[in-house]
Amino acid sequence: MAKRSLLDRLPVVHQVRQSVGVQRGMLVTGLVLTVLFVLVAIFAPLVAPYGFAQLRDAAGHAFGAQQPPSAEHLLGTTVGGFDVLSRVIWGARTALTTIVIAVILSLLLGVALGLVSGYLGGWVDRVLVVIADAVYAFPSLLLAIVTAIIISGGRSGLWQGIWSAAIAITVIYIPQYFRVVRAEAARIKSESFVDAAKVIGTPTARIMTRHVLRNATRTLPLIATLNAAEAISTLAALGFLGFGIEQTSAAEWGYDLNRSISDVTAGIWWTSIFPGVAIVLVILGITLVGESLNDLADPRLRTRRRADVGEPLTADVAVGPGGAILDDRQPATGEMGTR
Amino acid sequence: MTGTTENVLAVRDLEVSFASDSGTVAAVRGVNLTVAPGEVVAVVGESGSGKTVTAKSILGLLPETATTRGAVVLDGDDMLAVSGRRLRELRGTRAAMVFQEPSTALNPVYTVGWQIAQGLRAHGRYTRKQARAKAVEMLRTVGIPDAAERVDYYPHQFSGGQKQRIVIAMALVLEPGLIVADEPTTALDVTVQAEILELLRRVAADFGTSILIITHNMGVVADLADRVVVMYEGEVVEQAPVRQLFSAPEAPYTRRLLAAVPRIGERVSARSVVDPDAEPVVAADRLVIEYPGRLGRGGFRAVDGVSFTIAPGEVLGLVGESGSGKTTIGRAIAGLQSVSGGSLRVLGHEMLGVREREFRPVRRDIGFVFQDPATSFNPLLTIGQCIAEPLVVHGRARDADAASARVAQLLDAVELPAAYAARFPHELSGGQRQRASLARSLALDPKLLIADEPTSALDVSVQARVLELFGRLQDELGFAALFISHDLAVVDLLADRIGVLYRGVLVEEGTGEDVLQRPRHPYTRRLLASLPVPDPVEQAERRERLAAIVAAEAAAAGED
Repeated sequence: MAKRSLLDRLPVVHQVRQSVGVQRGMLVTGLVLTVLFVLVAIFAPLVAPYGFAQLRDAAGHAFGAQQPPSAEHLLGTTVGGFDVLSRVIWGARTALTTIVIAVILSLLLGVALGLVSGYLGGWVDRVLVVIADAVYAFPSLLLAIVTAIIISGGRSGLWQGIWSAAIAITVIYIPQYFRVVRAEAARIKSESFVDAAKVIGTPTARIMTRHVLRNATRTLPLIATLNAAEAISTLAALGFLGFGIEQTSAAEWGYDLNRSISDVTAGIWWTSIFPGVAIVLVILGITLVGESLNDLADPRLRTRRRADVGEPLTADVAVGPGGAILDDRQPATGEMGTR
Repeated sequence: MTGTTENVLAVRDLEVSFASDSGTVAAVRGVNLTVAPGEVVAVVGESGSGKTVTAKSILGLLPETATTRGAVVLDGDDMLAVSGRRLRELRGTRAAMVFQEPSTALNPVYTVGWQIAQGLRAHGRYTRKQARAKAVEMLRTVGIPDAAERVDYYPHQFSGGQKQRIVIAMALVLEPGLIVADEPTTALDVTVQAEILELLRRVAADFGTSILIITHNMGVVADLADRVVVMYEGEVVEQAPVRQLFSAPEAPYTRRLLAAVPRIGERVSARSVVDPDAEPVVAADRLVIEYPGRLGRGGFRAVDGVSFTIAPGEVLGLVGESGSGKTTIGRAIAGLQSVSGGSLRVLGHEMLGVREREFRPVRRDIGFVFQDPATSFNPLLTIGQCIAEPLVVHGRARDADAASARVAQLLDAVELPAAYAARFPHELSGGQRQRASLARSLALDPKLLIADEPTSALDVSVQARVLELFGRLQDELGFAALFISHDLAVVDLLADRIGVLYRGVLVEEGTGEDVLQRPRHPYTRRLLASLPVPDPVEQAERRERLAAIVAAEAAAAGED
């Protein structure tokens, strides 16, 4: 049984190699966009020509408001006199910080609640499901707005703004992780390896962590990826509605869009197009990654290279490191080989 | 191969490969076989031998990932080459399929009459009335009572055996020349299996339909087939008329396969010496187990007033059909199912109203081997970690590494190489996994082992090895055991005493000889007669005997 090389066993590299055709194109496009987004966010101070709240250049001259794209200001300036390019680049940083916090928080809480609810069942389960359903029933944006108001009282500074947006997004997404993990835990609960653990007297906490949790997390990376994309749009929507971060505290795409509404009718296109394009590209990139990972994880959706008749027989079963994405639908080979 | 034109089916040099993640896998390699009109041909082989793939290629049912070469000629049309439209015309009219699992082969949201008529409507003009009349007629043909009324029933209103009859009716409705039956009785109980085999035999005789039956059960082959094709690793290793195959098998693989089939009266282990005065390991007294029903409805009584004991070192075999309560009893003894009434004492602890906290220390003396080796191991832990788990949980070892010496010893006891400790469960075959499961259950030197259908998911040759191993370990270690199975022959190999369960009631209990040679209860008698033996001559006699028993039962029922 040939072990795959270390490189091939890395999570995303493995999928890229596994994919073919259109699926590979989608995945690679998504990865390029996502990596670009992350790099820009991390290296924003180096990449951006100016600061996000800078109004004057080094010599002390004001940028001027609503300047069209030029050599000094590649994407022009806003109504407030900020450099559009710099704000788009700095905006990546705000977006990344927010979704990382939001996804981690909702993942941790959602998984923990889902595990308890699904495995233990009973009244705890019923109460949690009712709460999750109630959260689902609200329009998510409305809920995010209410949460943002409660936390920050509307608009605010950098970290307050980021946290309020992140927590608002967390509240919306906890039920999604909760539901998935709960369903998985309830299914795994009846698998015979859990019975096997019970029979030998394994304490419940150990069964939940060692046997149920580890098997219930298979689909989480996919949901997290897809949620990250949705989180960006929620963040942008919050900003657009004015519950974002002050322009002097941080750059935020949605808020910048809000500010450019009046420009649109005046024929000033650059203040709205570029933050908008940034939002679309990041959402597109992350969604492409998520969707293609989703398809690749499912052996029924995964495309493969056609088989050739007459090629030498390989009866090898693909072996992963007990990892997240394994194909357990391999055609079985002869059972007689047990000697 | 001469006279192929007369054959209903001629498969020539069929090769099928699948694209998988690890490259191309050849499932069928150069298979040749023919089926003459009215002939029943059995294709036997173990899982992975390519028998189902061969059958599916006949109806063009292979998945997209398959690539084929060769020819499958069905009455003059090459099913591998015809267009999709022609393929649809031929399906149903020339050849039809009977699937393994009748409950998933029927669509639950349509009536069975609709589903039978569906085939008619796809291939010709029938008015609603005509189609319905035809459906009723077909249901009557396959032996569904009150066909005119039950044609409007939904699949869930029929039993498993009746559902399989309906699937056969669907296959027969267009009077195809060939029926491909893929493991048609595997999902059924042995008494129901006998009825379905009888029906298939009648179909072949009355309609002149050829049957290609795919099976792993040599008893079924002996019962039904005229000719046998033995497949192994994608190739045909032997083709012979049924009597010749069983009396003088030529290929070494066929011989091995036949030798591995369990037969009644061939024990693999010595009878255990039992001290009658010792306190029993398990004592059930009028045990009742109920599953709670929905609100407002009564619960379901799975086990009803069952009494038995298991002495230290004794092996009790529990036999019964699905739904007889045998697994429920096993789970109750292991504390996985709560007891509703009566008394069940396990290693001196009363299980009625037991608390998990009090029972936990007792668990180290109980081992459990589960039915399905595929799901009884945590897929993310290595075999070594899985086997070490009981040791770690009960504080005998700090972690899996500390237990590695004991794990190696256990693997050795079940005849697996110590290096397998580092493998993941999916890297082992079913038989290997079941042996690892045995190793895990023995890790704490239990006084009692519960084996719930440990071999029913395994191929017959693998089953033989696992049973042999089980018998040897039981002899050496002397643990008491409850051996649960639906297969009388398997139970007889190992058990000192046999209990027969029927609908939650223990209808018969006694030593192996008593129960199998002198069965008292009519159900035991029918169960014994239904079990097909891998010998066409003897099986023909047994068939007569079963028919006599069924007739006698029907007569007795008529008198009541």
